[in-house]
Amino acid sequence: MNIEPGLYHLLFISGALFFIGVYGFLTRRNLITILMSIELILNSVNINFIAFNKYLWPHKMDGLFFTIFIIAIAAAEAAVAIAIIINLYRSHKSIDVESAEELKY
Amino acid sequence: MPNATLIALIPLLPLAGFLLLGLFGRKYFKKSSGIIGTILLLASTVLALYTAYEYFFVYGKVAGSYQEIIAFNYTWLEFSKGVSIDMGILLDPISVMMLVVVTFVSLMVHIYSLGYMKGEERFPTYYSFLALFTFSMLGLVISSNLFQIYIFWELVGVSSFLLIGYYYNKPSAVAACKKAFIVTRFADLGFLIGILILSYSSGTLDFNTMIDTLTSSGSTQAKAAASTFLGASALTWGAALVFIGGAGKSAMFPLHIWLPDAMEGPTPVSALIHAATMVVAGVFLVARLFPVFSITTPGVLEIVGWVGAVSAIIAAIIACTQTDIKRVLAYSTMSQIGFMMFALGVSGYGGEAGLGYTASMFHLFTHAMFKALLFLGAGAVIHYVHSNDMRDMGGLRKFMPITHITFLIACLAIAGIPPFAGFFSKEEILLAAYHNNTAIYYIALFTSGLTAFYMFRLYFSIFWNKTPSPPGEGRGEAHHSEGGFSMMMPLIVLAIGAIAAGFIPFGHFVTSDGTRLESHFDLQFSILPVALGLAGIFLAMWLYLKQNERPGKLTASVYGFYKTAYNKFYIDEIYLFITKKILFNLIGRPAAWFDRNVVDGMINFTGNTTAKVSEGIKKVQSGKVQSYAIYFLLGVIGLAVLFIYAWK
Repeated sequence: MNIEPGLYHLLFISGALFFIGVYGFLTRRNLITILMSIELILNSVNINFIAFNKYLWPHKMDGLFFTIFIIAIAAAEAAVAIAIIINLYRSHKSIDVESAEELKY
Repeated sequence: MPNATLIALIPLLPLAGFLLLGLFGRKYFKKSSGIIGTILLLASTVLALYTAYEYFFVYGKVAGSYQEIIAFNYTWLEFSKGVSIDMGILLDPISVMMLVVVTFVSLMVHIYSLGYMKGEERFPTYYSFLALFTFSMLGLVISSNLFQIYIFWELVGVSSFLLIGYYYNKPSAVAACKKAFIVTRFADLGFLIGILILSYSSGTLDFNTMIDTLTSSGSTQAKAAASTFLGASALTWGAALVFIGGAGKSAMFPLHIWLPDAMEGPTPVSALIHAATMVVAGVFLVARLFPVFSITTPGVLEIVGWVGAVSAIIAAIIACTQTDIKRVLAYSTMSQIGFMMFALGVSGYGGEAGLGYTASMFHLFTHAMFKALLFLGAGAVIHYVHSNDMRDMGGLRKFMPITHITFLIACLAIAGIPPFAGFFSKEEILLAAYHNNTAIYYIALFTSGLTAFYMFRLYFSIFWNKTPSPPGEGRGEAHHSEGGFSMMMPLIVLAIGAIAAGFIPFGHFVTSDGTRLESHFDLQFSILPVALGLAGIFLAMWLYLKQNERPGKLTASVYGFYKTAYNKFYIDEIYLFITKKILFNLIGRPAAWFDRNVVDGMINFTGNTTAKVSEGIKKVQSGKVQSYAIYFLLGVIGLAVLFIYAWK
């Protein structure tokens, strides 16, 4: 069975991926997992860009370029985030997000 | 033409002295500050005398009359074309005369203070204040426009405040300096409004232009000035308000209450500021704007005349009852300034009618000499006896011969006995009053008799009266001489001034319109005032030459009146009643209530509300990253919904 995937299929996948990421971001306590959820959100955006590019403006490349940029930025962001997590671990002996809540009223 | 730099140096040298001694005096010139101040002022005095010589004998006179010369003018603040605040130097007979008087008396006081203030803790500060005062006063007299005069007017006010409060650890001095400042400030409010009215109606601040535009009839400004308010023209209001400022500074009734209290300052300061120079600033101001005053209808000059006459007689009566020698002198100052004021009041502008103007300026000049001398003499006595009260004195003529002789000369001068200076100027004043206003003439005549009486009451009480007790007995004298060279020299110089100043033909130099005025003495006219003066002297002699019962009996016979005069006609009490009872209760208290409850209430309400609200919503800032993320997500969803459904 050979089903040609349409725009809606891809949007469905990216929407599902986005909300899985948001769910993970809001429910997990481990910072590494939260970071992974953020990657899921970013990738859902990437899929959106690719899908819109392919189905709506097939002769243009803008969506692809945006995707490549986002992947590069996501890599940099992951590096920064992991550095922050390591520092947090050094000072709090934990990477639980609940343990870092000194910055409040 | 005048050399502007040299004239500008006259006030600028004391300013330099003020800055130098004020900033560095306490550290570097602890001992030498007096000498520095005196030398700078000596230079000023020489320049002033030179300027006076040049003005009166070289360039001042053009076609038989003395001109008003703008030696220097600098536009300081320009608001629009023609309306600007300038700094300038105006030379005319009165400003040149005042330059000489101020620098000369100030120099005498500087020299005198070298001895009188020796060993004071704040010696440099004292000299820096003296220099500040001299600078301000010199700036005042050469001002070329009304606003400049107002600036210096306030500066002399503040230096008077500083010097009255020199002994700042004495509560009475602190109260006196505050009183002097507040009363004169209150009067200056009138002055300021007067300046605004006059400059508005003439369109300029400059004296010459103002006088020209206001006095030339038919000009648009003169017509605008004639517009009426409450039955008097704008010009009248302006002149009257300016006169209020002058009356405050010159201690005219009823704004005189600060002057007797101002005697809390060091005695040389009283001689300089509260006798010879600053208190005559009001007279000077009226003289400066005299052409404007003389054309106002209904005549402001009439007010000036009556205020002067009333002040003269009230002050003379009070002076007869006081026992503090400096207060007697203070009231006598007030009385003499009253003479100058009403002399202006009875004068007209130009020619023969301007006799009062010349007389007033003449009296200002001679009065500066003999009143400064009286104060400095009194200072020497106080220095010797360590008391201000004449009941602690008596028989001092043996111990203080120089002070005695110079004081006697000054008393004769103020009493108007020929040939001393006061005689000539007072005769001219009386003559001017006689020709123009008979009522004022009789008041003045009576006052001049009283003047002789109270001055000789003072003189006999200090130098005769009691049998002299040798120094060191019961009075605690620390020293036996009457004061060093620095204290005696000014006395002698001023005594020469008090003798000789009367022979200056003043009418040749200082007149209302600059033309020469021949003074003519009428021997018959002089007999009455001189006789009254002599009568006053003999009465004082009869009462006070020897210690006796007569003064006591006399006061007992008119006890009620005596007590009223002794308490200065309860004018201070009236002021206190008005301020404390009426102003505080009717205005102060409601204003305080309004401030506390309405103004503060509004502020407190906003503050409290903000605090409460923030207390409620501060929990949002929890520090939990994920709750922030939820708010963010909800915000994004909200925006998305808004954009999709509501934002068409």
